[in-house]
Amino acid sequence: MTKHHIKLKVNGTEHDVLAEPRELLIHTLREQLDLKGPHVGCETSHCGACTVDLDGKSVKACTMFTVQAAGTDITTIEGIGTPDAMHVLQEAFREHHGLQCGFCTPGMITRAYRLLQENPTPTEEDVRFGIAGNLCRCTGYQNIVKSVMAAASELNTAKEAAQ
Amino acid sequence: MIPASFEYYRPDNIAAALAVLEEHGDDARVIAGGHSLIPMMKLRMADVPHLIDLQDVKDLRGIKVAGGTVTIGAMVTQAELISSQDIAQAAPIMHEAALQIADPQVRYMGTVGGNIANGDPGNDLPGLMQCLDATLTVVGPNGERDIAAREFYEAAYMTAREDDEILTKVSFAATEGGYAYEKQKRKIGDYATAAASVLLTKEGSTVSTASIAMTNLSDVPVFSEEAGAALQGSSCDTDAVKAAVAAMLEDIEPNEDNRGPVEFKRHVAGVILSRAIERAWSRA
Repeated sequence: MTKHHIKLKVNGTEHDVLAEPRELLIHTLREQLDLKGPHVGCETSHCGACTVDLDGKSVKACTMFTVQAAGTDITTIEGIGTPDAMHVLQEAFREHHGLQCGFCTPGMITRAYRLLQENPTPTEEDVRFGIAGNLCRCTGYQNIVKSVMAAASELNTAKEAAQ
Repeated sequence: MIPASFEYYRPDNIAAALAVLEEHGDDARVIAGGHSLIPMMKLRMADVPHLIDLQDVKDLRGIKVAGGTVTIGAMVTQAELISSQDIAQAAPIMHEAALQIADPQVRYMGTVGGNIANGDPGNDLPGLMQCLDATLTVVGPNGERDIAAREFYEAAYMTAREDDEILTKVSFAATEGGYAYEKQKRKIGDYATAAASVLLTKEGSTVSTASIAMTNLSDVPVFSEEAGAALQGSSCDTDAVKAAVAAMLEDIEPNEDNRGPVEFKRHVAGVILSRAIERAWSRA
């Protein structure tokens, strides 16, 4: 099958990748662009470990072909923060023990990032509903919810201070 | 999991999409959000040598409310339904149902058309379309035709849409009165063990009209005319609700699966319908 030239903007950088139509976005990100943050979990669109932000939507990158994503603007966990300059969400997950094994964390934070853009002042119930597409098999979610609530509060305080 | 190879097409208009369907027949399929089709392709349970992506076809988008009729393009996503003020006002039952489909990531991608045309008994919108008495519009090589949602579903994954046709839009009358979409599921993201769509209108203290449909309790969505009739003219009291549930139970044919045995599903169906009627009545 013919390979396609596909233009993608990932974490602010333009890429031109060559992929067969059947190549899934998660594999392009991990194997061609060496972004190992988005994880391959269940591969059946249930677990959310592969979640990336695509044109302002949280998307499971295991359930989208790279050709479908041509022309989009993608942010992975690598684009949200770095070890030297962590995003508020990442700081909050560290502070509130929002992870144990850490496998679900990149997807969890990438999803929470979009959730807080859409709803900067969520209730605990909003957070639980909003991260329902991301499975964690360690924490029981309690500390994840705490982390997201703490990040929301931190971001709102920073916003108020800036005004 | 990697699907078998396929050729990819991304037309920007319906005529071009239909031309690919016509050229490749059974070997071609359209993809909307892909969250049913891609997993099946990965499992190699769906073989699609020619895949037609509809995301650039602008004519399949948009929500319109005009003259009391709601029209929704097939490529409108469930997330768009949820954030639409028009839907919240003209068909709040659809807003309530969309919130209960799958999970947030799936709702950003999943479309109205895909959910309806796939013919999966587990999908939520087919049952809702029965309740709303919606009209589904398909277009094919011989032009456009309208199909009543209540005539659309033939068996699991079998619908009145021909292979060379594309579902373009759904339309229905804006709703009045009370409404509820009630769903029992094992976890978020799962299909319903049982779900009920209920629309009720009230005149004085009695039910003037009632429309009731059930999800995932048969190979096809179930519109229960008798259940609605059992409520009409009543004061929606306990006996009337019981009669509606009894009538509904005559119309469903659940199968045993990993969501439980038939008896359990019939029990859950009764509980869910009672709750849906109660909530719809409280809003009527």
